[in-house]
Amino acid sequence: MSRSFLGMPAFPRAAAVSTRDTRLRANLAHATHTIRDKRARAVAELDDWAQLRAAGAAIKDRTLRHLDHYLEQLEESVVAAGGRVHWAADADEANRIVARLVRETGEREVVKVKSMATQEIGLNEALADAGIRAYETDLAELIVQLGDDLPSHILVPAIHRNRAEIRDVFRREMGKWGRPAPEGLSDSPAELAEAARLHLREKFLTAKVGISGANFMVAESGTLVVVESEGNGRMCLTLPETLISVVGIEKTVPTWQDLEVFLQLLPRSSTAERMNPYTTTWTGTTDGDGPRTFHLVLLDNGRTDTLADTVGRQALRCIRCSACLNVCPVYERAGGHAYGSPYPGPIGAILTPQLRGVAGPLEQSLPYASSLCGACYEVCPVAIDIPEVLVHLRERVVEGGPVTRHGARVVLKPAKGHAAERAAMRAAAWAFDHPGALRGGMRLAARTRRLHPRRLPGPGRAWSDTRALPAVPAESFRDWWQRTRGGAAGPERGGRT
Amino acid sequence: MSSRDVVLARVRRALADVPRGEGPYDPPVPRDYRRVHGTRTPEETVELLAVNLADYRALVHRCAPAELPSLIGRLLAARGARTVVVPPGLDPRWLSAADVSVVPDRAADTARDLDAVDSVVTGCAVAVAETGTLVLDGGPDQGRRRITLVPDHHVCVVRVADQVVDSVPQALPRLSPRRPLTWISGPSATSDIELDRVEGVHGPRTLEVVLVGAGAEHGGAG
Amino acid sequence: MRVALFVTCINDTLRPRTGRAVVTLLERLGVDVDFPAGQSCCGQPQFNTGYRHATEPLVRRFDRAFADHAYVVTPSGSCAAMVRDNFPRIGAKAAAEGRGRELAEAAARAVPKTYELTEFLVDVLGVTDVGAYYPHTVTYHPTCHGLRVLGLGDRPRRLLERVRGLTLKELPGAEECCGFGGTFAVKNPAVSAAMGADKVRAVTGTGAQALCTVDNSCLLHVGGMLARQGSTVRPVHLAEILASTEADAGPAGRALPGGGDRGGAR
Repeated sequence: MSRSFLGMPAFPRAAAVSTRDTRLRANLAHATHTIRDKRARAVAELDDWAQLRAAGAAIKDRTLRHLDHYLEQLEESVVAAGGRVHWAADADEANRIVARLVRETGEREVVKVKSMATQEIGLNEALADAGIRAYETDLAELIVQLGDDLPSHILVPAIHRNRAEIRDVFRREMGKWGRPAPEGLSDSPAELAEAARLHLREKFLTAKVGISGANFMVAESGTLVVVESEGNGRMCLTLPETLISVVGIEKTVPTWQDLEVFLQLLPRSSTAERMNPYTTTWTGTTDGDGPRTFHLVLLDNGRTDTLADTVGRQALRCIRCSACLNVCPVYERAGGHAYGSPYPGPIGAILTPQLRGVAGPLEQSLPYASSLCGACYEVCPVAIDIPEVLVHLRERVVEGGPVTRHGARVVLKPAKGHAAERAAMRAAAWAFDHPGALRGGMRLAARTRRLHPRRLPGPGRAWSDTRALPAVPAESFRDWWQRTRGGAAGPERGGRT
Repeated sequence: MSSRDVVLARVRRALADVPRGEGPYDPPVPRDYRRVHGTRTPEETVELLAVNLADYRALVHRCAPAELPSLIGRLLAARGARTVVVPPGLDPRWLSAADVSVVPDRAADTARDLDAVDSVVTGCAVAVAETGTLVLDGGPDQGRRRITLVPDHHVCVVRVADQVVDSVPQALPRLSPRRPLTWISGPSATSDIELDRVEGVHGPRTLEVVLVGAGAEHGGAG
Repeated sequence: MRVALFVTCINDTLRPRTGRAVVTLLERLGVDVDFPAGQSCCGQPQFNTGYRHATEPLVRRFDRAFADHAYVVTPSGSCAAMVRDNFPRIGAKAAAEGRGRELAEAAARAVPKTYELTEFLVDVLGVTDVGAYYPHTVTYHPTCHGLRVLGLGDRPRRLLERVRGLTLKELPGAEECCGFGGTFAVKNPAVSAAMGADKVRAVTGTGAQALCTVDNSCLLHVGGMLARQGSTVRPVHLAEILASTEADAGPAGRALPGGGDRGGAR
């Protein structure tokens, strides 16, 4: 993957383009509605879903509140089981560690299991710079990699592509990376999956180094868990001699028993299955079975900064199921690329600005990429109140305030470009707190209502381009009440008038 | 200062709001979710396992212990399998009626060697009815993880009812985290094309499950 | 029983007929209605755009304005949700910033007495048949904050089902957001319009004569799009339907009430 999310425009600009892409809109509407209904059915099968959800949130909160303890316990357990643990404060450090570990094996090629953490740090590009070729083996990641594309969904990175587009990519590109697509490849999903099987089998059978992320890390036992469907995960986790797993520190859970909650929550929320086809768990190395060398790279890269925010912290509960993307009306119409990060959708809108900070225009726009409809919170299996965090981050953008960046406490200035809005908001708040002045303005508006334009200039165009302006009635409710029942209401108790 | 120290120091600073006296297991975790969904007799649990396995396109067969060798023989013959890899601890009687060349699970074999093998026959550690899941833990009748991954045809034998549990919460205590585990729910699948499920990608594309036990010869869900 | 009407700023200025309908409806049900003049805006536009500190005076004002009332009834799911969900957050954050418990206490007083109209009717008055007559086909869009923050559930539908003459049409994809979202409509106009267009398509597809919600803010957005497209579907607040009786229906019984404020500009 040579393309990256660097330098992406702010969300509204990207979305203004993507919402006009009718094929993208059709692909996304079809896919998200398919999975949305399936998820609802899979969740409805369990009458204790609310209790599982509460337990999932509580386990993650317990871990986060004592993350130092659990990370040290995890490290000790992994080392005791024959693994090696590396710590990376940021993306560059993680990439350097992985490149060094690969070089030490003498290999120049690696096979990869789909991993959000390695997308986040841009590992493939960093490995390419180090002369190492990384082969993505998840079907959707393969589609993205072959198409020189960017992922647009957490679970299904190529969700923006339909079957005909995927067939075209396979026919055109597979031969450049290895075994070409079969002659006469059609766009049936079964044939496309078969083409991927044949193309990748050669890579699996010869790979000496595998790179993965993990869905969970059990602190008490040092066990890592990878949840998948296709078997590419099992290939990468068991066939190579060396396995390198890059995992965000927040993926820790305290106990083996805790998995009983997440192995119920995750598959039903994610692929809408009772259980995903394959789950692999491993603890360090096992004599005679699987990789002989196991490295765990624990990744911070903004997670501790997120942890420092007592409201924003809940975003670290995320188990990357993508249920929030699939129900989000904004994601469905704007598509994943508009979010300018491997983490799109509602969770991306709260994760990206926290992991990266809100200094850039994209990161400042993301908390506003939501109508606050709350569908994301409703489906979140670990009860992340995404609307709450969105509003919290909006405040950080427009008001600034104390935050943690790279581990240091700093005071953020209000973002530029919000001056007019800030003045308008303050004026409105002042007027609403001075109803006497407000009433005067309302009466003026009512008297001049015949003169009001039908379309607004400037920023107001955003409203009036597609919607008729509401007409200002001749008489406000307040004045009607005063006229018809004046005096009966008693004194104004609001204070100033 | 090592990166380990940097990250751990950042974590501790970030958690300044956590009261000093609070221990790692103090934040409460409500565990009022169900251990089992519904009440079932052991027979009903096995039936649910069969239904859920079949729902995810596993082929389910049932037989009495005495019938197992002939059933396995028939399944391998129907598949046209000539070579079958088996774990070291597999009961040799299971393949006694199969007309195949048996390949032992050896450390020296490469993945490419396994790729040339037609089928694999194993037992399992536990099966989960509510999710239609088989769990392999590398025990003597299950072997190295790769033998159930590379061949395209997997026959997995489940002893009913003692290897069958109702639910995920019942399965985990029966499994050791120290062993490498593979949880299998149907043949490999993908939803990566238009979020539509297609069975059969990299793992075995055909998964046959034999539920073997006294009285199990009646009926069959597959 | 005596209640205070929290009419909300949008209804006060742009949809006074909704406020008048609430007064008519509640008085018909034997409830005495006050309109404390010290009330203004719940502060949601400021709060949801990130201006929490600018919202604080409005929390205090709300508390003072309704100090004498045990029940505050509002014809807005969104504004009721602002009080119930966000006033306590504003109070808690102020306390965490070392500015005392005053706002938290104001929020704690406001939350338990604030009712969205359908909650008040169904839960407090215990009525679903309010004696309304509305001889039109209506489709109902459950607005997001009423649906997900307040959990209004089937209360609005139960009320609508008891309106004589009314035919309820199912709205496909009803629970999907209409795309208004306050300042979202201005900050993300393309996505907001795309969501609105899909909602408008669903609404017109029902063949209903009127689109009903418990929030005029969403109705201004969807109604504005309907009007711009020349649609004849009329946006109507639920309160206006519930306030209607056979006396309002006119000789032909066909006129859609709700035109009195000079409907949407085309």
